[in-house]
Amino acid sequence: MVHTLNPTADPVTDVDDVARLLTPAGERVADPDLQQWIEDVDTAAIQRLYRDMVLLRRIDAEGVALQRQGQVGLWPPCQGQEATQIGTARALRADDFAFPSYRETGVVYARGGKPSDYVLAWRGEGHSTYDPFELHTATQQIIIGAQSLHAVGYAMGVQRDGGDQVAAAYFGDGATSQGDVNEAMVFASSFGAPVVFVCTNNQWAISEPVTVQARFPIAGRAPGFGIPSMRVDGNDVLACLAAMRWAVDHARQGRGPAFLEAVTYRMGPHTTSDDPSRYRDKDEVDAWRRRDPIDRVEALLRAEGAFDEDFAAQVAADADALAAEVREAAMGAVTRPALSIFDAIYAEPHTGIDEQRAAYAAYLDGFATEREG
Amino acid sequence: MVQLTMAKAINEGLRRAMADDPKVLVMGEDIGKLGGVFRVTDRLQEEFGAQRVIDTPLAESGIVGTAVGLALRGFRPVVEIQFDGFVYPAFDQIVCQVAKLHYRTRGNVRMPLTIRIPWAGGVGAAEHHSESPEAYFVHTSGLRVVAVSNPQDAYVMLRQAIASDDPVVYFEPKRLYHAKGEVELDVDPADAPPMGLARVAREGTDVTVLTYGAQVVTALDAASAAEEEGISLEVIDLRSLSPVDYRTVAASVRKTGRVVVTHEAAREAGVGAELVASVTERCFHYLESPPARVTGHDIPYPPAKLEKHHVPDLDRILDAVDRVLDRPNSLTGVEL
Repeated sequence: MVHTLNPTADPVTDVDDVARLLTPAGERVADPDLQQWIEDVDTAAIQRLYRDMVLLRRIDAEGVALQRQGQVGLWPPCQGQEATQIGTARALRADDFAFPSYRETGVVYARGGKPSDYVLAWRGEGHSTYDPFELHTATQQIIIGAQSLHAVGYAMGVQRDGGDQVAAAYFGDGATSQGDVNEAMVFASSFGAPVVFVCTNNQWAISEPVTVQARFPIAGRAPGFGIPSMRVDGNDVLACLAAMRWAVDHARQGRGPAFLEAVTYRMGPHTTSDDPSRYRDKDEVDAWRRRDPIDRVEALLRAEGAFDEDFAAQVAADADALAAEVREAAMGAVTRPALSIFDAIYAEPHTGIDEQRAAYAAYLDGFATEREG
Repeated sequence: MVQLTMAKAINEGLRRAMADDPKVLVMGEDIGKLGGVFRVTDRLQEEFGAQRVIDTPLAESGIVGTAVGLALRGFRPVVEIQFDGFVYPAFDQIVCQVAKLHYRTRGNVRMPLTIRIPWAGGVGAAEHHSESPEAYFVHTSGLRVVAVSNPQDAYVMLRQAIASDDPVVYFEPKRLYHAKGEVELDVDPADAPPMGLARVAREGTDVTVLTYGAQVVTALDAASAAEEEGISLEVIDLRSLSPVDYRTVAASVRKTGRVVVTHEAAREAGVGAELVASVTERCFHYLESPPARVTGHDIPYPPAKLEKHHVPDLDRILDAVDRVLDRPNSLTGVEL
């Protein structure tokens, strides 16, 4: 399935040239090609997707608040991108392997992350928290696009050991300019690797609009690599889920890689250190606010009689409880001892590191003796 | 014992590693049917198939980056970078990913990659085919860096590099590819001296010459020439550049009191600078004279017809030996 692209489409203004199942107002759209992938998604399942997105937004808000209060050093908000992250990640099997970037808090959440997993790295307590092999999720990548190659290599490994898992490479619109992402598509295509590329086109790479990266919809690039592709409404969680299920199935069936461009919007700054008022108009942000991914699911649930006060209150209470755990994880963090900076550089002993650790330990011990004296 | 060229010894190391462990994969450009541009992977694809001996697209970052993913999936990839000067496109993946993943994940993710790099000059090659980039990798925490100088070490240290759970950058000097030597193939790599240890390639008493790779051969030639003048050189083949076996190095320097470091790479902030600084810190009171470096000049690698002026030869090493022995040499009277 390849969503028909208008060859003259502008990647920014033609944001409605996307596959979708829900309008911004929350009305269902008839798209049999997409719909077939979510026939099993009933009202209860939609309620769960809604809950996931609300919890993710709450984690994100807590992250921003913790940064403002000095409890974490930096936070990369994902507000606005909840449908893309939840919809695609919920299409993965537990033993598939996700390769998220730094803004994919929702992917880590959906893969089973703990409250501490969202904040401790941003607090500077460690470069990562969870064991990638437990969550089947790589550490969130900071180098733009580097993880796309890891995903392809992982998928090549699956081909070689006879598994049926799929790797999912998450990256943004800016990353599509990187050599690594393009090399990843070449390798994936040449070897027919079971990998899904999920490009979150949130319109902005810090201050650069997507038009600096692409003059044609990003989804239009993949077919040039021989990779089937779909441009999907990234604010429509049902479309994201359906499209990702198609892509994952395509890869799992041994038909090679697939590519999704999820068209969405980064509602917040690049990070808490950024000031988007310097480079984009409030009108643009307001326009995207009217396309909010959570509001449209709420509208759908209301229309289908599945959104009452009890449900709303329960979700809000769950979100607050999770946020409290996130806050507690950040504020209760215990910084590791000084000499831990020398830990796990190598898997096997390294005389150079061992020597420097011993020297620094002796240096620190000197202060201890001084205090005792 | 068999007589093998270094290229054949490496080939045999790859073959036996692949035969012993089905998780070992070899990947790179032209390594399949062609057997690599130096034939180091000759017939491996025939024996192990295209799933394990993988001809990759021509993209070095892609090769190393996909090797990272294969390692995550439990494989032990051996990557061939076709020429030293082609490693730079992979630099980000090596420095930011391969080197740091174990640290980033507090040991949860291991990166048992071996990155083989046909290395350095002296073979009359075109531009970008004679580079000595080892210092970049030595400077990068998380990598192990080795350089081999003879077929036996090439065989054993490759086996050890592949068996290591750490990423190893393995430099193989092109100008020794066809040099033959005795190789014991039935040595258990686990029982052989670890690749992190230096080797006293020739014992001596007057001056310690620290070197690695093809320069070991040049240094040994210099030692034979010096002997004719009654000067005894001790040649240390470092073998490992990260970590450096300073125990062996310091023992030699404390014995001789005089040090010459030679390598083909440029001087500034090179491996020799680190060696001299570390030796000075550790052995200052044993030193009878300032250490000397004999290196490539701080120039881009020159055209092939002029490379003999760049790669230190026997005479330049002996000139430095004279200097550390306070004998007249080319720099006598020059204000350094």
